[in-house]
Amino acid sequence: MPRGNIARFLRLGLFPHIFCAGCGHGIALHALVRAFDSMGYNPEEVMVVSGIGCSSRIPGYINANTLHTTHGRALAFATGIKLANPKLKVVAVMGDGDCAAIGGNHFIHAARRNLDMTAIVLNNYIYGMTGGQASPTTPHGAKGSTAPYGFIERQFDLCNLAIAAGAVYVARATVFHVPQTEKFIKRALEKKGFSFVEIVSVCPTQFGRRNRLRGPVEMMEWLKNNSFPISKAKEMSPQELEGKIVIGEFADKEMIEYTQLYQDLCKVAQEEGTEE
Amino acid sequence: MGKIVFWQGNRAVAMGAIMAGVRFYAGYPITPSSEIAEILSAELPKVGGIFIQMEDEIGSMAAAIGASLAGLKSMTATSGPGFSLKQENIGFAIMAEVPVVVVDVQRGGPSTGTPTKPFQGDFMQARWGSHGGFPLIVLSPSTVKECFDLTIEAVNLAERFRSPVILLTDEIVGHMREKMEIPEEYEVKIVNRKKPSTSFLDYRPYRADPEDDIPPMAAYGEGYCFHVTGLVHDEYGLPTNDPKVIEALNLRLLRKFEKGKDLLVKFSTFATDDADVLVVAFGCVARSAMGAIREARKLGYKVGLFRPVMLWPFPDEPLREAASKVKAIIVPEMNPGLMVREVERAIRGKCEVYSLLRLDTEMITPGQILEKIKEVV
Ligand SMILES: Cc1ncc(C[n+]2csc(CCOP(=O)(O)OP(=O)(O)O)c2C)c(N)n1
Repeated sequence: MPRGNIARFLRLGLFPHIFCAGCGHGIALHALVRAFDSMGYNPEEVMVVSGIGCSSRIPGYINANTLHTTHGRALAFATGIKLANPKLKVVAVMGDGDCAAIGGNHFIHAARRNLDMTAIVLNNYIYGMTGGQASPTTPHGAKGSTAPYGFIERQFDLCNLAIAAGAVYVARATVFHVPQTEKFIKRALEKKGFSFVEIVSVCPTQFGRRNRLRGPVEMMEWLKNNSFPISKAKEMSPQELEGKIVIGEFADKEMIEYTQLYQDLCKVAQEEGTEE
Repeated sequence: MGKIVFWQGNRAVAMGAIMAGVRFYAGYPITPSSEIAEILSAELPKVGGIFIQMEDEIGSMAAAIGASLAGLKSMTATSGPGFSLKQENIGFAIMAEVPVVVVDVQRGGPSTGTPTKPFQGDFMQARWGSHGGFPLIVLSPSTVKECFDLTIEAVNLAERFRSPVILLTDEIVGHMREKMEIPEEYEVKIVNRKKPSTSFLDYRPYRADPEDDIPPMAAYGEGYCFHVTGLVHDEYGLPTNDPKVIEALNLRLLRKFEKGKDLLVKFSTFATDDADVLVVAFGCVARSAMGAIREARKLGYKVGLFRPVMLWPFPDEPLREAASKVKAIIVPEMNPGLMVREVERAIRGKCEVYSLLRLDTEMITPGQILEKIKEVV
C-alpha cells in the first residue's frame, strides 16, 4: 500500500504503464513520487524532464509539469527551464544511454555549471527501448544485441563521472534498495546545486535474458547479492569489487549555485552596464 | 523619432530581439554569428534577461525551447554547421508547438566550408533541415534595418503561430554596418502567445482554438500541470498511436499555417511596374541586384526586382502574378541553384527563367547581374 498522499503526483488514468513485467523502472517511479510527497512539494512546483528511452517515459505518469524531450538532451532542456523559472524544482530522469552516451556532454557540463537540479539515471546496463544494445554502462563481457560475443569496452562509472564533473551531491542505490533510493532522492532534492542519483535498475527483457539472469526474481537477487555499501566496499580488494555495485553517498559538498550567481551578475550589469 | 545609429547587422538582430521581448538566449560561438551572442551577453542581463553559453548547439536549441516552455521569449543564433546540429530540436519545437527564434547567419559550405565568407547554401536547410516535413517560417533580411525589423517580426510570428521561426541572414548582411533608426518602443508592434483562460483542471495543452487552430499556451510553473512530448500526442499532450488522433494533429499543424496565411507572405519589389525582365534575389544578393537594376535602367533596360523577404512559405502567388507580366526572370544566387528551382515551381512556366550562380564565395557583383540582364534581353 503506498504511503503518504502520492496519488496527487500520479496521472492515475494512464495506468497500467508501458513497462515490461519485472522492469525496475516502476520502483524508481514510486520512489520518486514518494520523495516529492515527503518533501511536501505541490505538483505545480515540480518539473520533471526526460530524454528518450524506457526510463524517459516516467514523467508521463507523474502529475506535475512534465517534459519528454529528445534523446540525451533532458539536462539541456532542464537548464533553460530552470534559468527561466528558478522557482521550479527541476528533476531530470534519464536512462544510462540517454545520459552517458548521447547526452554525455550535457551531463558533464550541467554538473560543472552547478545549476540547482537533480539528475536521476535509471541504469539498467542496456539500451532497453531499442532492443538491448550495449550501452556505456554495459559490464565488460556482458552480452547485448550489438554485443553478441560479449561487450569489449570498459564500463562507465557514472557516479565517478559526476563527481569529477563537479556535482555537489552524488549517490547510488538500486531498485532492490528501496528505502535508500527514496532517501538519496530526497537528499538530492534538498541539495542546492547539481545533484546526481544513480539508481541501478533491472531489465529482465533485454539484459537479463541475454545474460543468464532469467527473470525478474533472479535479477533482484543478483542486485541483492552483488551490492555493497561504501563502508563494506572500503574493506574489499579491487578484485573482490570487480563487477560489484557500491551503493551509498559518494559526494556531498557546498558550492555556489548558478542561478544565484546569475542574479548577482544581473545586478552588476544593471548598476555598471558595459561599454558599447 | 528614435535614435539614429550606425550598426552592424548582427547587432541589429541582437537589439531587435531585446525590443521584441526576447529574454532568453542560449548559444554556442560560431563565425559569422558570434557577435549576436557577444552583444546579448552584455545586453540581456541589463534588462533582467538570461544569457547562457551552452556546451554546443544542440544544447543551445534545447535550452531555448525549455526557456520558452517556462514562459520566456527565447532565441538562439548560429551558422551552417551549428544550424545542422540544431535541426533535431527544431523539429521538437514544431511538434511540441514551442515559439522560438533561430538565427542562421549563413557562411560558405558544405561542412565547415568557408567560415568568414558569404554564401546562401542554407536556403533549403532552413526549410527542410529537420525530419518530418512540416511547415516552417523563414525570414531573410537584406539590410541592417531589416535585421532589426525582421527579428522582431520573427519573434512575433513565433509567438503567434507557436512555432520555431528561422531568421536566415548571411555573412555580408550580418557583418556590414549601415545607418538605421531605432524605433521608439511604442512604435513597435509586439505579439505575445495566447494564454489559456481555462481552469487548471480543465486545461488541455493541445486543445486548439477552432478559429486559428492554435492551442493557448500555459507556461511551466504557472499552476497548470501538463505534459509536453516530441511524440505525436493527443489534446492532453500524451503520446498516442491512434491513427485518427495522429492524422488530426498532423492536419491541424498544417491548418494553423493555412489559416494564418495572410501573415505568411512577405516580399518587396522595385521598379517592377513596367518591367519586362525580373530579377529574383534574396539576402545579400538582392543588394547587388538593386545596383544592377539601377544601372540597367540608366541604359534603358526595363528591369525590376522581386525580393522574397519571407523565404518560406515561398511567395508563390505574388511571384506567379509578377512572372505573368514579364518575358524573363533572372535568379542570381550564391549557391548551386537552390532558389531557382522554387522560382520555376512557383511560376509554372509563365516566363523564361535564367539562373546566375556564383560558387567561389565572392559576392555576386552588380556588374555580373547587369551582364546577365543584357544577355537575356
Ligand atoms: C537521436 C536519437 N538517436 C537514437 C534514438 C533511438 N533510441 C531511442 S531510446 C534509445 C536508448 C535508450 O536506452 P537508455 O537510455 O539506456 O534507456 P532505457 O530505455 O534502457 O531505459 C535509443 C538509442 C533516438 N530516439 N534519437
